[in-house]
Amino acid sequence: MNRFQPTLKACILVAALVFLIGLPPIASALEADFYIGLFSRILIYALAAVSLDLILGYGGMVSFGHAAFFGAGAYVVGIFAFHGAEGSAVFSWPFMIMGTDNALVSWIVATITSAGLAFVIGAISLRTRGVYFIMITLAFAQMMFFFFTSLELYGGDDGLSLFTRNRIGHLSLSNDTVFYYTCLGLLIGFLFFSWRLVNSRFGMVIRGCKENERRMGALGFPTYRYKLTCFIIAGAGAGLSGALMANQTEFVSPSLLHWTVSGNILVMVVLGGVGTLVGPVFGATTLLLLEEFLSRYTEHWMLFLGPILIFVVLFARRGLYGSLVERIGDDG
Amino acid sequence: MGKPILTAQGLTKVYGALKATDGLSLEIQKGEIHAIIGPNGAGKTTAIGQLSGELTSDEGTIYFAGKDITRLPVHKRASLGLARSFQITSILLNFTAEDNVAMAIQARDGHSFKFWKSARTDGKLRVPAREVLKEVGLADRATIVADRLSHGEQRQLELAMALATRPNLLLLDEPMAGMGPASSRKMVALLNALKGRITILMVEHDMNAVFTLADRITVLVYGRAIATDTPENIQTDFAVRQAYLGEYV
Repeated sequence: MNRFQPTLKACILVAALVFLIGLPPIASALEADFYIGLFSRILIYALAAVSLDLILGYGGMVSFGHAAFFGAGAYVVGIFAFHGAEGSAVFSWPFMIMGTDNALVSWIVATITSAGLAFVIGAISLRTRGVYFIMITLAFAQMMFFFFTSLELYGGDDGLSLFTRNRIGHLSLSNDTVFYYTCLGLLIGFLFFSWRLVNSRFGMVIRGCKENERRMGALGFPTYRYKLTCFIIAGAGAGLSGALMANQTEFVSPSLLHWTVSGNILVMVVLGGVGTLVGPVFGATTLLLLEEFLSRYTEHWMLFLGPILIFVVLFARRGLYGSLVERIGDDG
Repeated sequence: MGKPILTAQGLTKVYGALKATDGLSLEIQKGEIHAIIGPNGAGKTTAIGQLSGELTSDEGTIYFAGKDITRLPVHKRASLGLARSFQITSILLNFTAEDNVAMAIQARDGHSFKFWKSARTDGKLRVPAREVLKEVGLADRATIVADRLSHGEQRQLELAMALATRPNLLLLDEPMAGMGPASSRKMVALLNALKGRITILMVEHDMNAVFTLADRITVLVYGRAIATDTPENIQTDFAVRQAYLGEYV
């Protein structure tokens, strides 16, 4: 059994990796470039879903406000690009930061901003438990939604168009294939980081807190600090994902912070497998492909998604990927 | 005996009109096994909660190893060497027995803001974890998920976790609770083997266990310590009190 299952898992992972790496040239050859964009979007949401699963699946913190970090990251990129095109400063006090379309600046700032936001939201929310935690994270995300809606300079509820995609040094991301591989690289990087994380001492503490926080406290762990740190890491991941999203659509608007976005990311995690690292990637792929193809036939595609989700929750509790490689206490 | 490792003075905990602990004073000597007995509702578990830090005391002070810990949160007291077991077994059910103990080892081995190196293959955690498991007689159950262990084994595992933190004082809340005679005997033997090496404060209903293990016994009634003495003296005293009060045990 122990010999077979890692093999099955390895097969799935290698197949998925080969597919994702081979997709752009094949799609181009078949003149179906549209799929490169679609899968870029999938990879970006997958990154957000993996980051949510760090707190949800491993830390047991059911956050319903992940869109706040996703949207904030996107807005940072949008705002930097806006000022970059204008040649003006994003802010000039206490020090001056000029707008730019350089990804190395704006993506890093986006990640740090979302991490900072996660620190503030987490520090308050983590004082509550269960349903209250769900509601308070949702409330914070809604606050952020209305905050960005009221930012008239940056388009208010109409949003803000990017003049062009960011560039990494001299490499422009306007080419869809280049952008796709950038997203894939970042997703794989984040997955690898998360894999190390959840199996590290820190990760074990986080899992322990999900299992039995009282016991962890009695062992001498200041659980609040560990959970908050995990929350910040997840927020940073979502911020990076948001930064990519702004580039993918070349447009940011408050709709990125809508509560349904939080809901969608949550569904991706549940669909793919709570408490697995690769699961959320499968979840994001499944959800967005279903959305794409079902919505070609009917605008009421949610009507069909609902039963599928119910089916998964009822019969494959560990999600699509999780059930496939079922093993308790899995390392991801 | 030497100087006390833990001194509680005038501990009080009030729930509405009920004084669960009412001016409780205790002194635990280093190296002893000290048992608290008393009828249901005497405030035994409340007292343990106050000592471990899960409950804040309304009045009174607690000194542990010469330090005032009255206002310290649970995790700080734990890192000073105050370990505990719960009346209802509290372990990490989806972790293997070894992972449970490794977690306890990790707790005493500095902070855990270490994000990269795998904890699953870390000899610094695994080797001592297996040693402790061996000590409590669970060596061959190391890879079993805690959920699948028997009740008695889970109690042993909880004890192993407490021991793994190398405590200066072990608070045991009814270690024999819900155990059959066989596992009870096993637990008594286990605790007996710790005698002298580790200071233990235990709450227990099983009088056989108490009189076998304890160096000193405190009798708690209505949140007050009405007597603290050796088992022999308590036993004689007992009959007298029972005759007068007619209510205890």
